[in-house]
Amino acid sequence: MADVEIRAVSKLFSKTPAVADLSLTIANGEFVALLGPTGAGKTTTLRLVAGLERPDRGSIWIGGRDMTREAPADRDVAFVFQQYSLYPHLTVFENLAFALRAPIRRVPEDVIRAKVEEVAHLLHIETKLHNKATQLSGGQMQRVAIGRALVRSPAIYLMDEPLSSLDAKLRGEMRLELKRIQTDLGATILYVTHDQTEAMTMASRIGVIESGRLMQIGTPREIYESPINAYVAARLGQPTINLLPATLFAGTPRAARTIGARTEHLAIARGGGGVQATVKRIEHLGDQSHLHLDLGGQPVVTLSDPEADLAAGDTVSLSLNNPLFFDADGIRIAA
Amino acid sequence: MAQIRVEKLDKSFGTFHAVRSASFTVEDGQFLCLLGPSGCGKTTTLRMIAGLELPTAGTISLDGEDVTMNRASARDIAFVFQFFALYPHMNVRRNIGFPLKCEGIGAAERDLRVAEVARILRISHLLDRPVSGLAGGDRQRVALGRAIVRKPKCFLMDEPLGALDTEMREEMIRELRALHDRLGATTVYVTHDQLEAMAMADRIAVMNNGVVEQVASPRDIYDRPVSLFVADFIGSPPMNFLPFRGSLEPGAGVIRLGDRDVAVPRAREALPESDLVLGVRPEHVRFSDRGMVRGEVYGVEYLGTTQIVTVTTRYGALKARSPANLPVRTGENVGLDFRPDTLSIFDRQSGRAIRTALHEGAVHG
Repeated sequence: MADVEIRAVSKLFSKTPAVADLSLTIANGEFVALLGPTGAGKTTTLRLVAGLERPDRGSIWIGGRDMTREAPADRDVAFVFQQYSLYPHLTVFENLAFALRAPIRRVPEDVIRAKVEEVAHLLHIETKLHNKATQLSGGQMQRVAIGRALVRSPAIYLMDEPLSSLDAKLRGEMRLELKRIQTDLGATILYVTHDQTEAMTMASRIGVIESGRLMQIGTPREIYESPINAYVAARLGQPTINLLPATLFAGTPRAARTIGARTEHLAIARGGGGVQATVKRIEHLGDQSHLHLDLGGQPVVTLSDPEADLAAGDTVSLSLNNPLFFDADGIRIAA
Repeated sequence: MAQIRVEKLDKSFGTFHAVRSASFTVEDGQFLCLLGPSGCGKTTTLRMIAGLELPTAGTISLDGEDVTMNRASARDIAFVFQFFALYPHMNVRRNIGFPLKCEGIGAAERDLRVAEVARILRISHLLDRPVSGLAGGDRQRVALGRAIVRKPKCFLMDEPLGALDTEMREEMIRELRALHDRLGATTVYVTHDQLEAMAMADRIAVMNNGVVEQVASPRDIYDRPVSLFVADFIGSPPMNFLPFRGSLEPGAGVIRLGDRDVAVPRAREALPESDLVLGVRPEHVRFSDRGMVRGEVYGVEYLGTTQIVTVTTRYGALKARSPANLPVRTGENVGLDFRPDTLSIFDRQSGRAIRTALHEGAVHG
């Protein structure tokens, strides 16, 4: 494992900047997630680190060495793709051992066996080692795909939405497992996702990426509690942060144009008085309920308190509790 | 507008029994989700309602009329597929207007109706664009537009949002539900995503192995699951299951879990000593130093407002959802308590939920 540094990297695809002047250091043992929508440049960033793309400007450093011009095989990185590609005619054991059997590596057979068994144990697939890859469920196949990266001890693991092809329940289980394995191994991971839950629950730091630019990087809590602008604020949190005109509430800072209010920033009391809103509906999503309010034509959505017992048509009063403020350009300003 | 009634519907493909005696009614204007894992029979059921498959047995009626053996084209139903089948050589306007052209509706009325649908779906600015360059969400809006423009009695949708990424899907969920509220057309919607079903449906029919296990409102399905399967399939993370052995008398409000008494909703049936399962939703697990179940924290997943804490206990890994500001550390030893009035009890053998006070006040139908 080693530090990985992306220094002021830019990459154009037919004149469109896919990655623009992006700098990021991933420390040894860190799990960094790049979060952004489709087309934001996150996969391109990953491919630049892997050496599958060459940057137009800037450099990639791995373990203190400039790797910008090195071939992917010489970079000591392991890539896990969104679509797991296993060798269908090989057993799970042989799929896992494959990377270690490359002639260039000359790993002794007993070392291969020990390593494969260790990784299979980590991923809870030790009983499947002698099954053909095609006899596995989707979740097991993706574990094998991750396992193929884990048998090596590269400088960094590069993961491109490795959980997105799994169903919701398995994804939830794998999130926890992947995080545990990363902690146990002290592995360095650069992970790309458009799923905020994956980023928040696994990453040591999240990089929010948009139009090829790294907008903000920080711990999940920093990004959630102290976003630098309204765009970042809307990337994390369910329900999405409410962005309300500053004129709706008294006592906002003079430069504020927009108030960012999450559930924890809003106190809701039954009855009128102060800033009034009407309950439009309560959406029961099971583990949580979303309270939809109408605030003078402005929709507001918060997590509803199950004990509050509100119903559609009820009038409530809203007050703010240390919300976020944004100026005319959407930049966060002090309260 | 129409009521859809499905009675004792069966479908076999050779020796494979895809749908077994499925019965449910979708009232006029209702939004029903058929929810279940892949292979559960939900799409086959939908295709039978559409007339794309003929049932082996059972009846389907549309607005009181038996249409079981009618051809798809005679059913006045619009179907929206997961993979948007748009005509690549036509622009957006002609794609949406195409079903009307097939019905022989004149150009003037066609233009009016296409314009109206485009306004509803907020794609007016795209009408003259080729469909090939459109983003995923816009392509799906065009596909929806083509279904809406015919003003059919009902909509049947087969995972229409399955191919979209998370953020776009959440936006389309809101749009689809708002569209339904405006048009009020009877809708049957197939999905394997429980969050989609919970967010959109008036009622959910949960299917497993060809059988409709429960038909109820999202809230009832979540709070009062009739089986272990339903309890496990709904909820993210799903319900915690704690196996125990015991018997129940009507009126009993306590079970014996390990060496502790646990308060539960009062039983409404008698049960001899057997293998049972206590079901606890993660948001009904509370941390307490004197908790009845103890364990070690295995992982903490931060979600902003809340966090999910996984605790290894003698009953397996239990998940708790708690406020994110509650300090919990991995490796820490903690005690857990459960909120008594929300607990479910299941018979392990059959998977059936035992009737208790929990089921009183439920809205069934």
